[in-house]
Amino acid sequence: MATLELRNITYVYGKGAPYEIKALDDVSLTFEEGKIIGLIGHTGSGKSTLVQMLNGLIKPDSGKVLLDGKDIWEEPKKIRDVRFKVGLVMQYPEYQLFDETVWADIAFGPKNMGMSEDEIKKAVTDAAHFAGVREHHLGKSPFDLSGGQKRRAALAGVIAMGPKVLVLDEPAAGLDPGARRRILGRIKEYQKESHTTVIIVSHSMEDMAMYCDSVVVMNHGKVTMTGTPAEVFSRADELVAQGLDVPAITKVARALRKAGLDIGLDIYTVKFAVHRLLGGDGDEG
Amino acid sequence: MSAIIKAEHLSYSYPADEDNPPVKALRDVSFEIEEGSFVAVLGHNGCGKSTLAKLLCMILVPDEGRLYINGKEMTDDSVTDEDIYDARRRVGMVFQNPDNQLVATIVEEDVAFGCENLGIPSEKIRKRVDSALDTVGMRKYARHATHRLSGGQKQRIAIAGVIAMRRKCIIFDESTAMLDPKGRKEVMDTILRLNREEGITVIHITHYMNEATLADRVLVMNEGSIIMDGTPGEVFSGAESLWAAGLDVPQTTELLWNMRKAGYKVRLDIFDPEECAAEIVSAMKEREALNGNS
Amino acid sequence: MKADIAFGQYCEGSSFLHRLDPRWKIIFALLYIVALFLAKSIFAFALILVSIVLLVAVSGIRPRILLSGLRPLILIISFTAIINIFWLKGETLLVDFLFINIYLEGLINALLIILRVCVLVMGTSIILTYTTTPIALTDGIEQLLSPLAKIKVPVHEFSMMMTIALRFIPTLIEETDKIMSAQKARGSDFSQGSLVKRAKALIPILVPLFISAFRRAEDLATAMECRCYTGGKGRTRMNVLHSTWRDMVMLLCICAFFAGIILLNIYAPGYRFSM
Repeated sequence: MATLELRNITYVYGKGAPYEIKALDDVSLTFEEGKIIGLIGHTGSGKSTLVQMLNGLIKPDSGKVLLDGKDIWEEPKKIRDVRFKVGLVMQYPEYQLFDETVWADIAFGPKNMGMSEDEIKKAVTDAAHFAGVREHHLGKSPFDLSGGQKRRAALAGVIAMGPKVLVLDEPAAGLDPGARRRILGRIKEYQKESHTTVIIVSHSMEDMAMYCDSVVVMNHGKVTMTGTPAEVFSRADELVAQGLDVPAITKVARALRKAGLDIGLDIYTVKFAVHRLLGGDGDEG
Repeated sequence: MSAIIKAEHLSYSYPADEDNPPVKALRDVSFEIEEGSFVAVLGHNGCGKSTLAKLLCMILVPDEGRLYINGKEMTDDSVTDEDIYDARRRVGMVFQNPDNQLVATIVEEDVAFGCENLGIPSEKIRKRVDSALDTVGMRKYARHATHRLSGGQKQRIAIAGVIAMRRKCIIFDESTAMLDPKGRKEVMDTILRLNREEGITVIHITHYMNEATLADRVLVMNEGSIIMDGTPGEVFSGAESLWAAGLDVPQTTELLWNMRKAGYKVRLDIFDPEECAAEIVSAMKEREALNGNS
Repeated sequence: MKADIAFGQYCEGSSFLHRLDPRWKIIFALLYIVALFLAKSIFAFALILVSIVLLVAVSGIRPRILLSGLRPLILIISFTAIINIFWLKGETLLVDFLFINIYLEGLINALLIILRVCVLVMGTSIILTYTTTPIALTDGIEQLLSPLAKIKVPVHEFSMMMTIALRFIPTLIEETDKIMSAQKARGSDFSQGSLVKRAKALIPILVPLFISAFRRAEDLATAMECRCYTGGKGRTRMNVLHSTWRDMVMLLCICAFFAGIILLNIYAPGYRFSM
């Protein structure tokens, strides 16, 4: 396990030019170990910049990124090692598949790490299992897979490096509800078994509510809220003011309270609402 | 009202290649689309909905069945290229990836592209392009570079390109799938306005359930067939079938479905949070009154 | 921003030069080049100097940008200058040191060559690339060459290719950035190791890039077909190019310049340039 911490990070795009944009403005954050943390914010809130800062793809203008208490930019030559420890799955990762077989593609990261043949074999097999890549797909060309299968193969390519922190930028973007649930479910299961710290960036409030242990909200390059989903979603008005939405079920809870039936404002999943309304367990069908 | 599109028993298979057998993408699909209606098509990836869109735009030719556009049969052997162009002037399409459908580097030149292909005189194109850009609210971006726009803006430019050609029917093939919530809202607002104010027929293929609730009618596809067809209320009330087809229902419906399972008398076809809350409150009061009586 | 490569050297503006018809601009640039090469008399070169100062002034482009555009020429300019200075024989010997002989004529010749090359590059880019968008240039070329379509030269197809290329360059550059970041995140290293190793490191970038380019091409072809594109036949344009009084004024200026060069060559030979 590893702790990842940001201290007073500032980053400016197009420095000196007339269109200078402050992407991150004095951001300090600690990502809790062994949890799934959701990062929310509208496009341009600075969350994509922040994500690329975590594994050293972008160097902050000022401030420090600390991994296990150590500044990742202390030795710029060793930044590659940081990238193995903080695995990043970018948006639409299926467009980065390149090798002849799914197996070889998943093995790309482990090979770059200098693992032995046996280690690679184990890493690839485990990662394929975690990401839900079927065994008979491993010998196929990645380009023969369906969209959802490609996405999982690309996910396996990062998991295979055995990162201590796994960062995912919109892992379910463009997938249908079934495939969405499958890939997010896989990520949750992987997190449970490996105790990796997982950071998910997403626009989908419903997904965040369902899968995250805690949520970080960003706006205009700053962190505006942190807390459990219940804490964050109970402040619906503030979220809406920041150009974000809240899950429909949270709105229902607010409307219920107005109508005199108070089940609390900290409702963020249907299951939870059913539980509060009727007692017992909700059913998702 | 007449049907702008009529499909009878359409079937389509993708031809086999080296390692794969032919894939049956559509099986015996029949429906009619009324002029001026807003129809949402739901289904998981690979259920055949994109194939259907391509058939309706005559990018693909069905293996079996008949397709009528504006009353003219397009699957007849005697159909000429001219007939196909004529049909394409009536039915336009907006695709999923906003980057891959814009042709020109400047916004207004891209909107003009379709009209230029039709051979319309330049002064007329000018007028149509300006009014199309007004309709989608992008007039002030007319001279901007297309690649600098946001995803939602790019899709609105693509829509402007379609309406500048004065088409009566637009098919949106997962046009909101790659957008962020803001872009999605921009596009949905534009679609609704086109349908309600300009009377344009809309076929919206999506897997966002809340977008489908805005439609007049919802078609649900699974394994190449239409498995449900009705108003959003009717379709989402059949929550179990949707779950079985790998789809979702809006959270309001899911909540009400749970209430009903617990024995409350509630409607399932409610998508507005306020209405949903009111329904729950009244159902609970009713139950209390019953309990009080007995 | 890297993605702005597609706009090349174009400088936003609304000067006299910006508002010329791109078809005429191409012709002007050609005439200007020919005139430059006709110049022999040193007085003709003086006229050239005047012409470039005027062009810069009218275009309203900052001289710093123009000078930085000359940087790639430094090598070739110094090379030709050195050859001229050391090898050209003349009448007035300036330096006679061991085997090195430098004549005045050689020195002047070198200066004039530098002037000609610099003016050539600056002048044509002011008339064309700095004041015309690539898309307008493509349109201009298409319309100038349109008579060739009669003898089955695919002029429209060529211009459509250019338009699409210009449209997709920024998209593909952005995509390359993304893929590079993604492979770096899996430990790709593009800056270390032997040449072979570095070339190999490019495969994980090029393969996805090509595949995506093909996918985009396919999507675009479908989209164009749906928008009733059937080639150049029967197509109209929204923006039709119009010649205006400005083009005529510029034409007159260029013709006067042309005539001036020739007259100065004949009636004011002075020092005659020998290359």
